[in-house]
Amino acid sequence: MNLLNISGSPHVHSDESTKRIMWRVNLALVPALIVATLFFGVNALLVSLISVVSCVLFQWLIEKFILKVPSTIGDGSAIVTGLLLAFNVPASSSMLWIVIIGALVAIAIGKMSFGGLGRNPFNPALVGRVFLLISFPVQMTTWPKAASWFPTRFLTDADSGATPLGLIKEGVKSGQSIKDIMASADMPSLCDIFLGHIGGSMGEISALAILIGAIYLLCRKIISWHIPVSFIGTAFIFSGILWLISPDKFLDPVTTILTGGIMLGACFMATDMVTSPMARSGQLIFGFGCGLLTVIIRNWGAYPEGVSFAILIMNSVTPLLNRWCKPRRFAC
Amino acid sequence: MTNDILIAVAVLGALGILFAVVLFIVAQKFKVEENPLIDEVADVLPGANCGGCGKAGCRAFAEACVQQGNMEGLRCAPGGDAVAAKVAELLGCAVAQGEPQVAVVRCNPSCKGASRRSNYDGLRSCAFQNTVYTGESGCPFGCLGCGDCVAACQFDAIKMDPETGVPVVDADRCTACGACAKACPRRIIELRNKGRKDRRVFVSCVNKEKGAQARKTCDNACIGCGKCEKVCPMGAITIADNLSYIDFTKCIACRKCVVECPTHAIHDVGFPAPAKKPEAAPAPAPAAPQAAKTTAE
Amino acid sequence: MGGVHPEENKISNDAAIEVMPVGKQMVVLMNQHLGAPATPVVQKGDKVKVGQLIGEAQAFMCANVHSPVSGTVLKIDTCKDAFGISKPAVYINVEGDEWLETIDRTPDIKRECTLEPKEIVAKLKEMGIVGLGGATFPAHIKYSIPEGKKAEYLIINAAECEPYLTSDLRVMLEHAEEICIGISILRKALGVPAAYVGIESNKPQAIKVMTETASRFEGIVIEPLKVKYPQGAEKQLINAITGRKVPSGKLPIDVGCVVSNVGTTFAVYEAIQKNKPLIENILTVTGKELPSQHNYIVRIGTTYNEIIAHSIGQLPETTGKVISGGTMMGKAVANLDAPTVKGNASVLVIGEKEARRNPETACIRCGKCMNACPMGLEPYLFSALVKNGRTDESRQHNILDCIECGCCYFSCPANKPLLDEIRLGKNRVRAAMAAKK
Repeated sequence: MNLLNISGSPHVHSDESTKRIMWRVNLALVPALIVATLFFGVNALLVSLISVVSCVLFQWLIEKFILKVPSTIGDGSAIVTGLLLAFNVPASSSMLWIVIIGALVAIAIGKMSFGGLGRNPFNPALVGRVFLLISFPVQMTTWPKAASWFPTRFLTDADSGATPLGLIKEGVKSGQSIKDIMASADMPSLCDIFLGHIGGSMGEISALAILIGAIYLLCRKIISWHIPVSFIGTAFIFSGILWLISPDKFLDPVTTILTGGIMLGACFMATDMVTSPMARSGQLIFGFGCGLLTVIIRNWGAYPEGVSFAILIMNSVTPLLNRWCKPRRFAC
Repeated sequence: MTNDILIAVAVLGALGILFAVVLFIVAQKFKVEENPLIDEVADVLPGANCGGCGKAGCRAFAEACVQQGNMEGLRCAPGGDAVAAKVAELLGCAVAQGEPQVAVVRCNPSCKGASRRSNYDGLRSCAFQNTVYTGESGCPFGCLGCGDCVAACQFDAIKMDPETGVPVVDADRCTACGACAKACPRRIIELRNKGRKDRRVFVSCVNKEKGAQARKTCDNACIGCGKCEKVCPMGAITIADNLSYIDFTKCIACRKCVVECPTHAIHDVGFPAPAKKPEAAPAPAPAAPQAAKTTAE
Repeated sequence: MGGVHPEENKISNDAAIEVMPVGKQMVVLMNQHLGAPATPVVQKGDKVKVGQLIGEAQAFMCANVHSPVSGTVLKIDTCKDAFGISKPAVYINVEGDEWLETIDRTPDIKRECTLEPKEIVAKLKEMGIVGLGGATFPAHIKYSIPEGKKAEYLIINAAECEPYLTSDLRVMLEHAEEICIGISILRKALGVPAAYVGIESNKPQAIKVMTETASRFEGIVIEPLKVKYPQGAEKQLINAITGRKVPSGKLPIDVGCVVSNVGTTFAVYEAIQKNKPLIENILTVTGKELPSQHNYIVRIGTTYNEIIAHSIGQLPETTGKVISGGTMMGKAVANLDAPTVKGNASVLVIGEKEARRNPETACIRCGKCMNACPMGLEPYLFSALVKNGRTDESRQHNILDCIECGCCYFSCPANKPLLDEIRLGKNRVRAAMAAKK
């Protein structure tokens, strides 16, 4: 017979593991990937593939040759980073090589420089995305137009479209009122916005696909409702107040939460376990901050979209929130 | 354009000067008067902050030295005599003398002595494992092998031997700061005098069980038989609680007890390998590697 | 708040309690309870009968130890317990099965108890009764309410929320009336109007039988509880039944509660009504790998190996771990030659694959440990603080509130040995506090 194993209690473990969590997140991202492929064609798949492969490769190289530690690519976290990075860039052909740089920044600077999974203060995919946005402003804001309901193009970016938020920012800059812009022909309908038939980063276009993934994650208890609800809720209420004050200057709340990266950000990026607070109360504050900052940046900032910046800023507040927000003690 | 540059330079320059002035005033106003000798003493200390002296760190040790004015009862083990001499010179007092010491692990390698009887699968911490049970060897006094001592050592002087699961001290690196001895929950590690020519004899066991029980636990356990006590010419060996102990201040390293010990619990370190006797040529061949191993330790 | 749902695995539910025969030699440890060891009052060569006092409680925190067998005292020596630690013990050579005359061995149920509360407590002490829920706290101390405090609730813990264990369930099904008499006796000892029996609602049979039986008694209320681990933890149970919360560092009696395990109440019945000291355990022999599942009445002092040999012959080849207690809070047994002691509730055999812990990976700060913690603590934080030796801070974050239920390790996706680290931290905090004094 074998030697008896001895350890302190407990002697049983739930089947939970980091690997399992990460693969479930990957699964939850699939609906959004499918929608992106439907609207942007093979480019979307290619960009995602390149992003994922380069993220995994960079992590493997760094662990093998620089850190000299056993490889952890099997846990699937690099794949999550790769997918999220791809979801945050336009599905255009110039992205096929630019995204590799993004992957390098995301993995090398955003994650491994802090010691790898679990130690990074900022969401690595967003670090990569913001780096690309600043370094390649033209390519990062040239959006391929969403095709009609089936892929009509393959490797060409025949026409370029604008995101709804981009249209609004441009319009406001040129002195138009929001009402006029919303009424213009370029502006997609709410239904199109919800389903994802709009221009934009490839993963953020379809609120529906993102919600399907988010509901799956909620059911699997990988995320809790606190961050998404407080993020989207705050954005909705704050933009609603602004809209009530001046409907000419500010976008209505429904369009606000459905456009841009709010859905993707609130459900997948802000809920990243490593970079968000752990206590429920902290998560509510975190989501509130993200929502508030997003609306502020959108309305008064230089960029039409502010979700990435909002989440990164709140990431930096996370350690403080972890310190302040404690779970309720059973016995005081 | 040029104007813009000039304005920026001027503003930054002015701010720089302003802050410099503020810093200067603050530094002057809140200056802490401190004996400059403390800095000088701290400079000659090794700076490892090992805590072996019993103070919070090297600077605290320096403060204690300066405050006391001499080195009585204060000793920096890592620095040894060289540092002690330097500090004494700075303080203008006599050099504190101390016999150089080294950490000694008093447990026989478990794979040879006590066989593994279970498989510990919990937190890699001796302090914790000690609260769970007696350890993989089944010896309630033996080494637990999780390396709390290795983690405690600031000088990389103690390492786990992967083969035996018992730590090995690198005598050249060991500064006798005592951190490992404190970290060991079973008090196996002891600071002992390095001995003349680095030759030491010690009982490599701390098992206090009764003879028969100890023997059952480990082949190389000290069974407290007292043979070593009888053979020792210096009266350096005492038996208490079924365990023999060699007083290193009295031991002359004659090694009579090593030969006498029926369980080979007494180890000798630093002695040259025994010379092969020509008439006993067939016998010592298998014994030689074993002797070499103990010497290497 | 908090809690987890481990697989219940109550596979020995339907196995009726059998009586395990007595071996040839018995080793009775002198400290089978929380506190100081009892002092042996027999000598080598003495003849003893079943139920005879062999170890006397001389310290305050101590309990009497009685001979579980009849025979001759071989020697008084030390014996290694299940964890390999030597403890004082009395070795008895078994000869026949001769019981003390005072013990009532008839199967009749004796319902009347005329003893005064003080006499009940004195008899609990005489009979060496200890809490059988796991802590083996001497019962006479628990039922001597300190000056200035008043018991308002008697709570009987029949939650049995630990996976695998079924001994409490079987006792309830087979000895409901005796349990109710035992509860009435304890109620009388405390002078409280009602006793509340908490049973997890996954044991509908037990709830049914107990409710029927309790209806014939005065002041016994059966409370079905939500199924959740650790529902049977003292503080959680008090909260579920009374709504009160035991403050940090306080005892149940500080909020007017006394909690006893249901197994203890059966032992109390036998001790008070039948004059039978605590010399037997009701013990589950279970495990997925085992060919058969059992519940036994075992004389204290029977070794694990004897129990295994009698019940299943030998351990299966795939055995990875033998646990005394449940999978969440039980202790892994290292020495199968060790005698069982008061309060042992099971011999639980876990297969090789399940027994081995998965390798630890990096903490991903998911907060699952925090959400699972029934005490509202932050296990991940303790892990970091303990690793860095920051003892003071771990005390400030209330590490001593931890009830060691194991929910944190159970739910950790990174397989971090969180409870191990917390226990280490608690030991350090206690040592630091003792050093300060």
